Amino acid sequence: MKIQELSKGLFKENPILVLMLGLCPTLAVSTKAIYGIGMGAAVIFVLTCSNVIISLIKDFIPDKIRIPSYIVVIATFVTIVDYVMKAYTPELHKSLGIFIPLIVVNCIILGRAEAFAAKKNVLDSFFDGIGMGLGFTLALTLIAVIREILGAGTITLKLLGYGWIVEIPHLNPMIVMILPPGAFITIGLILGFSNILKKR
Amino acid sequence: MEHYLIIIVSAAFINNFVLSRFLGLCPFIGVSKRLDSALGMGMAVIFVLTFASVITYMIHRFLLLPYHLEFLKTISFILVIATLVQFVEMVIHKTAPTLYESLGIYLPLITTNCAVLGAALLNINENYNLLESALNGFGAGVGFTVALILMASIREKLELARVPRSFKGAPITFIIAGILSLIFLCFKGIIAE
Repeated sequence: MKIQELSKGLFKENPILVLMLGLCPTLAVSTKAIYGIGMGAAVIFVLTCSNVIISLIKDFIPDKIRIPSYIVVIATFVTIVDYVMKAYTPELHKSLGIFIPLIVVNCIILGRAEAFAAKKNVLDSFFDGIGMGLGFTLALTLIAVIREILGAGTITLKLLGYGWIVEIPHLNPMIVMILPPGAFITIGLILGFSNILKKR
Repeated sequence: MEHYLIIIVSAAFINNFVLSRFLGLCPFIGVSKRLDSALGMGMAVIFVLTFASVITYMIHRFLLLPYHLEFLKTISFILVIATLVQFVEMVIHKTAPTLYESLGIYLPLITTNCAVLGAALLNINENYNLLESALNGFGAGVGFTVALILMASIREKLELARVPRSFKGAPITFIIAGILSLIFLCFKGIIAE
């Protein structure tokens, strides 16, 4: 039961590839693998915490003002992530830029709050948040790795001086894949091919 | 004067909000099926973006900064934008019922359009003054509308094209957006940064 809540976000209901939620940050930050992982971690934290809190307080919120209340809860956690990242990983915070505060308007988070956390118990909501967040991270990192390999010929997994930058030899990078058009074309092709896989 | 013109042109074309900053993609994919609804959505977004830029600027300048409450930026901005959208909806409903009819469901949807919050945050990051913020918001709205209208016109023609079945809908729309974005890259050379 719990495993199911966790695993459905990874493939069957993957927020990016199947539900097509949260596309703006996906396309904007997927220029390096590490950005994908960083953004994914921020989303996992916000999604899990807001899911848990909302499922805890769902009985006290009057139905009419539930959306504004959810947004306040979400915005609080986003502010926490924003400041923590600014303090401990300033480089990453700078490259992700306004897309960290923009997690507030990411449809995945409000969507899960409304569709799942407002109806289910705390434990289920917790696993749903982690599963959906992991699914988001997985898809985002996949797109980032594809774009970085094709656009720069490297895979960057380096943060605060730790980790590696893998260089792919004998590859002529196409700069356009790092630029905005590359993002649109990559996600278009990925969605198309995942449709083909789904039909099988 | 020239400075202000540069802000508008830069927000609308050079750093087009949809095609090079990736803000407001959900309505861009969702509402670009027909030209008339794209136009309605675009008008509503221009309106709200300009107003929201002015109001969030004032809140940041006169409320958050003097009392050292910058950490409340995200929360206060999103609440103000949500309220503003409701308010604009009521005003348009009273004063211009025909416009209200044509905008329809697109007005409430703007709250979750990340272009609005994005523009507000960019204004703060770039240290724009009141007029510059308003112009940046307006330019961003114009850029969103241009991109949306281009996309809607292409998609109306696309109905007649033979697209592989798995690529129908969102996938082909993204690939076309990629080509549009490639074209918008050419604007980069207009202004030396």
